[in-house]
Amino acid sequence: MPILEVEHLCKTFERTEVLKDISFSLEQGQVVSIIGSSGSGKTTLLRCLNFLERPDSGVIRVNGEVLLDAGNPSPEQEAQIRRKRLHFGLVFQSFNLFPQYTALENVMLAKELLAKEQPDYKARKNEIHEEIRVLAEELLRQMGLENRMGNYPHQLSGGQCQRVAIARALALKPDILCFDEPTSALDPELTGEVLRVIKELADQQTTMIIVTHEMAFARDVAHHVIFMDDGYILEQGTPEQVFGNTKEERTRQFLSRFNQGQ
Amino acid sequence: MEVIMEQMPIVIRSLNIGFLQTLKLFFVTLAGALPLGLVIAFGSMSRFRPVSWLTRIVVWIVRGTPLMIQLLIIYYFPGLVLGNPIWGSGESGRFVAASVAFVFNYACYFSEIYRGGIQSVPVGQEEAGLVLGMTRSQIFFKVTLLQMIKRIVPPMSNEIITLVKDTSLARIIALQEIIWAGQAFLKGSQGISGEIWPLFFTALYYLVFSGVLTVLLGKLEQKLNYFR
Ligand SMILES: Nc1ncnc2c1ncn2[C@@H]1O[C@H](COP(=O)(O)OP(=O)(O)O)[C@@H](O)[C@H]1O
Ligand SMILES: [Mg+2]
Repeated sequence: MPILEVEHLCKTFERTEVLKDISFSLEQGQVVSIIGSSGSGKTTLLRCLNFLERPDSGVIRVNGEVLLDAGNPSPEQEAQIRRKRLHFGLVFQSFNLFPQYTALENVMLAKELLAKEQPDYKARKNEIHEEIRVLAEELLRQMGLENRMGNYPHQLSGGQCQRVAIARALALKPDILCFDEPTSALDPELTGEVLRVIKELADQQTTMIIVTHEMAFARDVAHHVIFMDDGYILEQGTPEQVFGNTKEERTRQFLSRFNQGQ
Repeated sequence: MEVIMEQMPIVIRSLNIGFLQTLKLFFVTLAGALPLGLVIAFGSMSRFRPVSWLTRIVVWIVRGTPLMIQLLIIYYFPGLVLGNPIWGSGESGRFVAASVAFVFNYACYFSEIYRGGIQSVPVGQEEAGLVLGMTRSQIFFKVTLLQMIKRIVPPMSNEIITLVKDTSLARIIALQEIIWAGQAFLKGSQGISGEIWPLFFTALYYLVFSGVLTVLLGKLEQKLNYFR
């Protein structure tokens, strides 16, 4: 059974249809890359999965459990949405680190707030805090930031910030980690270090959805590639199918722009 | 010079009493306007149009007219026009009237600063918190509040220093603050009359007090400088 199933997702802003009948699925431990020109709806799709936008229709299932059935609206409490969100993690293009906290604190904050809801929190407070700190340090080490844990975001490079943001998302152990153009805000010489840690996560069978304009990276890291155009999934398949045996003319045009440009 | 030295103790005692009233008005205004400003800020950002419109019109009127006129209207309007002198005629009545005018006036200025502060925190901060499973109140208190405070400290400092000096406007309704106390020696009080220097001397009080505030607020600003 796929870990994620998205069926017939649609989303309209005012009068513009941004997502039109989006369906795809993702297996545990696999990576799907989403490519497509800007304005094609990639960010909106990730925002729907993370409950930052509410789709107008469609179904989202994780591990067989229906998280969202937009056509069957039941009034939902914020607390319920919050719990469902935790199936997903999201790494933003602009990092969105919390500037008043150190790298370590950024990674720990949400986990600590969640821990307060545990029934045994009061009794094991110090112990829980210590566990969270150990986990956060381990994640930052994994991101190659062992010497940067006490630094504030403004003291870090863009590449370092994005790696902190990845650690912050991983700290909550999401089932599916989403990336929205994680290297688009970076200087070219810093994209490599971020792509490298994402590649390592893929090698460790982290389930991920990666929106990216780095075509070589998408081809290399993904098990499945989705090409979005004007709100539709125009083409999807293995990297060999989409990049090697491109079926659609639009996809070919899009890819050739990248081959010339880079 | 000798005369001044003789008058000095009497004048200082009077000015001190006046300055106490000045300080009282200053702190009461802050205590009232800081929270009321937040309420007005939320009102002006309300998604319910009539509320935001009404709030913005009130803020426009209060910020668009002199505080001195507001003081006069608030103090005299109930008694002279409505025939119902709610403030009474004593010093305590004048103080309440002055406090109402100052609190309301400053709350409107503060509300605009708050609004700017709230709106200047990028929406990505809230979204990052949401995606990490935080509640809206956790996001407000743990993430956005401090960023907002950092952004509003410099403009708030300006307003607070201005307030120190604006308290002197309460002289217009004869509140017995320090200007009133200094002026008394012009007309004659406690055996001293025709002396202008006590009035000039009051400037020193304002200068010292605003100097202390400038240093304290500067410290606060520095404290928040550890992040950007
Ligand atoms: N909040 C919004 N309100 C109105 N239109 C939006 C909003 N967010 C995105 N859009 C529109 O939806 C379309 C798809 O946007 P987006 O999902 O950001 O595309 P991509 O990430 O592929 O560049 C764009 O035309 C954009 O202008
Ligand atoms: Mg986008």
